[in-house]
Amino acid sequence: MSLCGLLAVQLLLMWQVELPTEVAKQNPYTSVADVQHGKRLFAANCAVCHGPDGSGGRGANLARPKLQRAPDDHALFMVIRQGVPGTEMPPAWLVLNEHEIWQLATYVRSLGRVAQEHVPGDARAGGKLFESAGCTGCHQLGSAGGRLGPPLTDIGSRRGAAYLRTKLSEPASSLPEEFLQVQIVTRDGKRITGIRLNEDTYSIQLRDLSDQLLSFWKDELVSIEKQPGRTPMPSYRDRFSEGQLDDVVAYLVSLRGAL
Amino acid sequence: MRVTIFLLLVGVISQAQVTFERLRHAESEPGNWLTYSGNYSAHRYSALDQINTQNIGHLRPSWVYQLDALDKAETTPLVVDGVMYVTESPSNVVALDTRTGRALWSFRRPAPKDVRICCGQVNRGVAVLDDLVFVGTVDARLIALDAKTGSVRWNVTVADYKTGHAITAAPLALKDKIVVGMAGGEFGVRGFLDAYDAKTGKQAWRFWTVPVKGEPGSETWAGESWKNGAATTWITGSYDPDLNVVYWGTGNPGPDWNGDVRSGDNLYSDCLIALDADTGKLKWHFQFTPHDVWDIDATEIPVLVDGVFREQPRKLVLFANRNAFYYVLDRQTGQFLHGKPYARQTWATQLDDRGRPVPAPGAQPTETGVKVYPHSAGGTNWFSPSYSPKTNLFYVAARESGGVVYKGEAEYRPGAEYNGGGLRNIPGEPGSGAIRALEPMSGELRWEYPLFSPPWAGVLSTAGGLVFGGCDEGYFFALDAASGKPLWRFQTGGKIISNPMSYLSDGKQRVAIAAGHAIYVFGLEE
Repeated sequence: MSLCGLLAVQLLLMWQVELPTEVAKQNPYTSVADVQHGKRLFAANCAVCHGPDGSGGRGANLARPKLQRAPDDHALFMVIRQGVPGTEMPPAWLVLNEHEIWQLATYVRSLGRVAQEHVPGDARAGGKLFESAGCTGCHQLGSAGGRLGPPLTDIGSRRGAAYLRTKLSEPASSLPEEFLQVQIVTRDGKRITGIRLNEDTYSIQLRDLSDQLLSFWKDELVSIEKQPGRTPMPSYRDRFSEGQLDDVVAYLVSLRGAL
Repeated sequence: MRVTIFLLLVGVISQAQVTFERLRHAESEPGNWLTYSGNYSAHRYSALDQINTQNIGHLRPSWVYQLDALDKAETTPLVVDGVMYVTESPSNVVALDTRTGRALWSFRRPAPKDVRICCGQVNRGVAVLDDLVFVGTVDARLIALDAKTGSVRWNVTVADYKTGHAITAAPLALKDKIVVGMAGGEFGVRGFLDAYDAKTGKQAWRFWTVPVKGEPGSETWAGESWKNGAATTWITGSYDPDLNVVYWGTGNPGPDWNGDVRSGDNLYSDCLIALDADTGKLKWHFQFTPHDVWDIDATEIPVLVDGVFREQPRKLVLFANRNAFYYVLDRQTGQFLHGKPYARQTWATQLDDRGRPVPAPGAQPTETGVKVYPHSAGGTNWFSPSYSPKTNLFYVAARESGGVVYKGEAEYRPGAEYNGGGLRNIPGEPGSGAIRALEPMSGELRWEYPLFSPPWAGVLSTAGGLVFGGCDEGYFFALDAASGKPLWRFQTGGKIISNPMSYLSDGKQRVAIAAGHAIYVFGLEE
């Protein structure tokens, strides 16, 4: 490489790492028009990986209030602008100007915003019910609780009250994409129900209802029944009164612990 | 002293020149693997039979080479007289001693930080000719390396990477030329296929896969849409030296999922093109998916077979397309002879008697999304099929999955993604896969071996009566080529997104595959 070429490369590298003179700490472009333009930019640039509604695909799910790599506006701007090295997330500065990146950031934040709903119940009473009904047997709060169900430490920042209420009444109404209840029968006649942890052509791994980690070669099993739409979580529609359901929902909405 | 001399002689790696004649008759030296697909006909078949259905249970790792790069390892190694050439991200080349797995030299070249590439900074392999090794780069350059040292002989710009052009495919060496395809179909580039003089790097010809306004085919593009029509050439084609014709698949039209701005058939996107190898002039084309709005590129491997089709001996090209149809074409004329789905598809109701699909109503992308099979990742994809002359079967790693396709806005800006929409997986439908053996003239299924996930790895068939394949969960496996019965497997610990190949080392057969971030080489237990 010629000296000229080398200098050109160095300049280019400097240009790439050079940041705009001052990136605002807070997003200066958050109007309705900015959201709309951000939405169009998102469809053209981001939807192919992150999904048209930002709920993820080849890229991460962005329809959540807290983004792991972008805890604040400045961080979100930088992730979009610089990309994520070592991943397929490309830097947007190549094609978008600062104004457009902020508009995109505005739209991305709108994807994960859970509206502040009016929640009628009493969170404190709900907390007691949560304990007494045995919810912690399956759900973790912080480091305490069971592992069969999803941790609920920050459930209030990820889900709305209406969603949570439906979930308590009809637990199978919405299950995570990767969640699957399976029932297997071993060659020696054991029937085991659990949540699938992993699977391939030849083997399957699961957590059974007593929290044991199990792994089998498929040729050790007589059958594997997949039970999509089923969950070990019982319905609380008849266990709690309407008022008690409100209380538990209020409690869950109040859970906004650290991710 | 005598012993020392003997050992020295054994240690010598004697490399002859890889002449065009050797490439042309690659079948006659199955101990080497001289081109991306094993031979010009792209059979990905090994005539070696030391490893066979009887002893496959004794197949064990011989050595593993850990790649430096953590991007996907999509390389097919080439082997020439005791040296294995592998590529790794972004466009590095490493020469390995096939006996020990130890590196002889490496060529490492960092990519510019502002490279645009849709799907990972990957490289699928090199080409060899005479004493040179050729590699394309993610910043759209073609580089010739000295096969013995890795030093650069020449380095030419194929296209401007800042507008989204890139090279990920292995080049194809033929006669005195290096044919190289390009990528960038998600960036509104205008596609082409290039040939360069192997000795100098001077461009020999270029075939634009999107005709300029006024040229034949340009009437298939509305307005100025041809300028960003994509139709890239990002997987290695095949070559018939007797006809002197290069066969190459082309990619999706741009923008991918929004066809409104480009009404018409959009030639030569999603085509098989047949070009004169000396001039790059178009002999014929066959378009699999006119006016594609599902991103189902025809960048798969054209497999050349001389066969008897309906009692008539013919020179054929077999093609398992990403659009989920299997095709048999006459490779002298491009005439459509037969087509049949080999995986689930809902985008077409049928193929007419000229092979043109009849679009299914309601399968076009909309702003709110439409469920369609296959997923844009296809019924198969870039990874290789295999044809075994021994079993006379065509093997394909098939994907069974659907997607929800969306139409969106697409504003062309140089270097920016130009997709016009996107896609999602169908919730609750993770999909599955299979290795399928098709009767080559009819596309009828002979057997299938089910896989848990839709695969991203190709297949190799061998004279040992085996078909090797890989899966997303890291298993490298061997099947009985006649029945599909599973005979052997090995957990590599990493996703397999590559193609297997086979060669001889010290007279002993080896099978190699890139898995995770490593090259695995297997041989029979001694």
